Amino acid sequence: MRTIRIASGQGFWGDWLEAPIRQVRGGPIDYLMMDYLAEVTMSIMQKQRARDPAVGYAKDFVPLMERLLPDLVQRGIRVTSNAGGVNPCACAEEVVERAQGLGLGGKLRVGVVTGDDILERVGELTARGHRLANLDTGEPLEAVRDRVQSANVYLGAQPVVEALARGAQVVITGRVTDTGLTLAPMMHEFGWAADDWDRVAAGTVAGHINECGAQCTGGNCLVGWERIPNMADPGYPIVEAREDGSFVVTKHDGTGGRVTVASVTEQLLYEMGDPESYITPDGVADFTTIRLKQDGKNRVLVCDVRGRPATDSLKVSLSYLYGYKAVGTLVYAWPDAYKKAQKADRILRQRLDRLGLDFEDILTEFVGVNATHGRLAGEPDPDLAEVQLRIGVRAQEAAPVRRFTREIAPLILNGPPSVTGFAGGRPKVEEIVAYWPALVPKSEIQAEVEIFEA
Amino acid sequence: MTKSGSKAPRGTRRLPLLRLAHARSGDKGDTANIGLIALRPEYYPVLEREVTAARVARHFRGIIKGKVERYELPNLNALNFLLHGALGGGGTLSLKTDAQGKVFSTALLRMEIAVPRGLDVD
Repeated sequence: MRTIRIASGQGFWGDWLEAPIRQVRGGPIDYLMMDYLAEVTMSIMQKQRARDPAVGYAKDFVPLMERLLPDLVQRGIRVTSNAGGVNPCACAEEVVERAQGLGLGGKLRVGVVTGDDILERVGELTARGHRLANLDTGEPLEAVRDRVQSANVYLGAQPVVEALARGAQVVITGRVTDTGLTLAPMMHEFGWAADDWDRVAAGTVAGHINECGAQCTGGNCLVGWERIPNMADPGYPIVEAREDGSFVVTKHDGTGGRVTVASVTEQLLYEMGDPESYITPDGVADFTTIRLKQDGKNRVLVCDVRGRPATDSLKVSLSYLYGYKAVGTLVYAWPDAYKKAQKADRILRQRLDRLGLDFEDILTEFVGVNATHGRLAGEPDPDLAEVQLRIGVRAQEAAPVRRFTREIAPLILNGPPSVTGFAGGRPKVEEIVAYWPALVPKSEIQAEVEIFEA
Repeated sequence: MTKSGSKAPRGTRRLPLLRLAHARSGDKGDTANIGLIALRPEYYPVLEREVTAARVARHFRGIIKGKVERYELPNLNALNFLLHGALGGGGTLSLKTDAQGKVFSTALLRMEIAVPRGLDVD
């Protein structure tokens, strides 16, 4: 049976820069899938584009393509990536220009998928009765309408399949689902119908495994973590897909990490909701049908995945300006490190109270004692070498948060003793951009595909 | 380890989940999910019986604000838990070190459960 090899080269914007290069040069692959987008990324990109209409995409992608294009063209490896962010056309133009600079003019087609960005249409959609109510709270968008900064629909695999069918070797998209970037090559290569729900679900499961990079090949893996080999050079996942919908998760020979039923299972459950209904624009995958089997060293077979028809809505991720926060830290040393940190916290809170600052939330954690597991960590050793006091505040207004940032450093001279760890200076006031998940009918959204020739 | 306070029923012994399972956690808004996976297939029925949504809610009392839901994936020898109101507002709002719920996984593995004496545990 024919197989295609879809390699994951990036699990998020900020993932290992070496990974895509190793995936391309470390052995045979047919596709390189690169996921760059998280919710927070879209609003950052939207802000960048507001200042400069030529940006608003994952900038790292362009120099990476410049470095890899000669290999990709020579070996016919195709790329699917949502690096386009809120400006896929600008990203594609830049890639085309670099390709021409490399003498690849006439040898490269770049496909661009747009139609996900509905920021300009939010008013029109709500005016026509689409409430864009918050999926978690049910609130109508009206509450935050004037603070919305970005609005992107999650598109599925279909427009990526169309771009591949039109000969694109590199497909650059806006907000296409992470899973769609792995599913699309399978649909294109094997000619799967859009309503072949079991195969669509299988490709979606493959996408879920691929989308977090090394998190299925030994990264962040709890089982026998100390014995996972050569993590300085972890192999990123490769999905070896077959026409019947089954696939093997593996990695290049000679790389570090480990692909086992355990490592793949951990990733399958990552960010999971109801496992019977993993909903994407392409269909609904039932994770309770998945079968896994070790198929040799560093090979896990995934089969028997069942799916159901897609829903008639698409998810929209809106972002809006919420408020401000800041987090300050100080480190207290032995003896009585924890007691000193607790005392400093009480003093600081008294001072904040007296200033009459109005915070929506104020949180103290003692790193080394309870920051990760709270009371479950139990009573700390009285002889702890050091404890970090970490205190954060949040408010709708910037002013009280800014005032808070001036109250940390004074504790060094006018609070409990044996304190250090303030070299970073005054805490930074951060703007909070919050998310507003909503649904919109599929009939309202039209994805578009354009081809740019190098 | 947390003190459960209760004695192990006859024919069982109390062990932390760490000895029987591994886990991975993540976030969706203000909800943390924990995938709990049996280290061996024969441990799964014990997890299914002992690690109920109610027990998990009790384990995280005071740490999470909302309810706990449980889903079963016997095909993967795994349970999936959704812990609502777990992340101090979630995402960008949260002031917590673990704003994305990445280490709720090992916090659950501290829980002690009753394990049949006959069951071979490493």
